Amino acid sequence: MAEWAVFVVCALAAVAAAVAVFRVDSMARATFALLASFVFTAVPVLLLDLAYLGVLIVLMMTMEMVVMAVFMIMFMMNPAGLMPMTMVHNNKGALAISGAVFCVLAAGALLVPWPREPAPPPPADPTLQLGKAIMGGHMMVMMVAGLVLFATMVAGVVLATGRGRYDRYGDDLRGRPDDPIRGGVGR
Amino acid sequence: MLEAFLLLAAALLAVGLYGALSQQSVVMVMMGLELMINAVMVAAAAVWFHTSPQLPDGQVLVLVAMLAMAVEMAMGFAAAIAIFRARDVDVTDSAGDLRG
Repeated sequence: MAEWAVFVVCALAAVAAAVAVFRVDSMARATFALLASFVFTAVPVLLLDLAYLGVLIVLMMTMEMVVMAVFMIMFMMNPAGLMPMTMVHNNKGALAISGAVFCVLAAGALLVPWPREPAPPPPADPTLQLGKAIMGGHMMVMMVAGLVLFATMVAGVVLATGRGRYDRYGDDLRGRPDDPIRGGVGR
Repeated sequence: MLEAFLLLAAALLAVGLYGALSQQSVVMVMMGLELMINAVMVAAAAVWFHTSPQLPDGQVLVLVAMLAMAVEMAMGFAAAIAIFRARDVDVTDSAGDLRG
């Protein structure tokens, strides 16, 4: 009963915080509303005996949202919400589409005949189960994940670099760089 | 109880979809996408717990969704920086080169 009460409170808070992301004027506040939504969502995951994944969600989302807050202040206009403004397009269409998607998904969740017999008891240590899986039968998933993360790091640096070596040396990499500040130690 | 978790996931996915479709700011669009992936994580964890907790597949799916979220954020920010640097653009309406 207590678990159910915690779930209901956290679920309602998670959805409310998610709605607040797109309602508040300040983009910095929107970032922290999203963080609140993620944290409230992690609590139901913890209720499912997934201690490792729940804590991972909280830690990862906290760091992500802090980085996102920095980006908000760097790039976005009106980060503090001092001037009330709306930056939306096709608001009614988006509301209609998302409402329809929610109705379809909710109908699926309520109408699908989910198995009624009690599920087998969860493993004593779900983290051990996950660890054995990614080091055993699901190792290929994790190997691909490692490659994807490496490619993401390389692509992210290439995209975010303002002035790469082709900009400095020319297309054939044989020109002389016209750096505004020369490198080296002046020798 | 499974239905309640799936309803939570459906609500999060719908709110995220609204944000991804309606927002003009690139970063706000990314926030909508993150909410949608978060909904997938909640649904995968609940289905794992209530249907097949003896198999690790559901947990692995949650882990992969988390990976997708990290990649989406990293590449989204990199693309936002690149287009901001090239054209001083930070809204999606100004980056409609591929519009049909």
